Amino acid sequence: MSTQHMPLWEVFIRPRTGLHHKHVGSIHASDAEMALQAARDVYTRREEGNSIWVVPSKDIIASDPDKAAENFDPAGDKVYRHPSFYDIPDEVGHM
Amino acid sequence: MYSQGLIGADTTTEETEEFLAAFQARIDREEKIEPNDPMPAAYRKTLIRQIGQHAHSEIVGMLPEGNWITRAPSLRRKLALLAKVQDEGGHGLYLYSAAETLGVSREQMTEELLCGKAKYSSIFNYPTPTWADIGAIGWLVDGAAIMNQVPLCRCSFGPYARAMVRICKEESFHQRQGYELMMALAKGTPEQKEMAQDALNRWWWPSLMMFGPSDSDSSHSDQSMKWKIKRFSNDELRQKFVDATVPQAELIGLTMPDPDLKWNAQKNNGQGGYDFGEIDWSEFWRVVKGGGPMNKDRISARQKAWDDGAWVREAALAHAEKRRTRAQAATLEAAE
Repeated sequence: MSTQHMPLWEVFIRPRTGLHHKHVGSIHASDAEMALQAARDVYTRREEGNSIWVVPSKDIIASDPDKAAENFDPAGDKVYRHPSFYDIPDEVGHM
Repeated sequence: MYSQGLIGADTTTEETEEFLAAFQARIDREEKIEPNDPMPAAYRKTLIRQIGQHAHSEIVGMLPEGNWITRAPSLRRKLALLAKVQDEGGHGLYLYSAAETLGVSREQMTEELLCGKAKYSSIFNYPTPTWADIGAIGWLVDGAAIMNQVPLCRCSFGPYARAMVRICKEESFHQRQGYELMMALAKGTPEQKEMAQDALNRWWWPSLMMFGPSDSDSSHSDQSMKWKIKRFSNDELRQKFVDATVPQAELIGLTMPDPDLKWNAQKNNGQGGYDFGEIDWSEFWRVVKGGGPMNKDRISARQKAWDDGAWVREAALAHAEKRRTRAQAATLEAAE
């Protein structure tokens, strides 16, 4: 068996023009060109999109799940960032 | 799949009672567990085993049906079969990727399949001697698989659940094309109908075995249910499958090969269901342990594909390396 591992790529697909590319999964391939080809075969068999990005998995920098609380909890008590926090009389109508 | 940074990362956990209780509490709150989250070693191990087996089943499952692609009786059937077999390959890849987020490599999983350490669904160790087998596989084998897979869409491990959502969406055409094929044969000449009945006779019992041993004999069930990897027991899923499938056979005039099969109005808490005969578990274990009609063929076909593809994998990697060094040299030259 080959000792060298086939590199891993993350696959992002845009379902249609006007939307974001969205992560759909990953694929093994020797280079970017083969990764695009494999991503097309594996992830777009049913018109799932019109554009594909592939990114080497090793180049993705992820936030640390152990720090999820300190990273994301501070936003939890800031209800004043949402429109429903503010009392507006009904007579004003839609605002 | 689903962004990791996990391969090679330190995945050891200190499994104090507090740690295990906190993990179980997350599961009980229906929180999804993601690859980088702390998890008990046994949870990781169970998932690697289960997702790996599932992936291998998709890949090995391409073999019995692939056998008939060149001999499909019409272009319509051939297109459907090609698309279905291609889907199975895709499903295998989604699942391998999900398993890889747990820190196991694709190469390691492949090696374990080829050396016999990792199992795959024993249903694929039966042969496909006639065209009707393609119908029976789609209708019964994919039907049983769907029964198993739909609850897995709610599995506690995020990457596995997401892969299953995708698979289930694609899988329902597999069952429908199989049933349609059986229906066409059942409505055909007496020989065609006989061929359909013969395929049903051979695939019915192995399909029931696909749900695994009876709850009383299943070694992995309790903990998997507690961790919400499984949502229903083997026997519950098997009963659902029987209840769904028996009327489908009646509708196209085929008979289940089970003299003990009969409607029981008391079953399923009074909703009614079918009683069915005793499953021959000695056959199940014989096939799981390698004694099925096709075990050797399946693994040798996978071994051959792996060996024959070795030079392609090596050449692709060498080509990528060559292009990378050339591009680097060109950049350096341009900078000078």
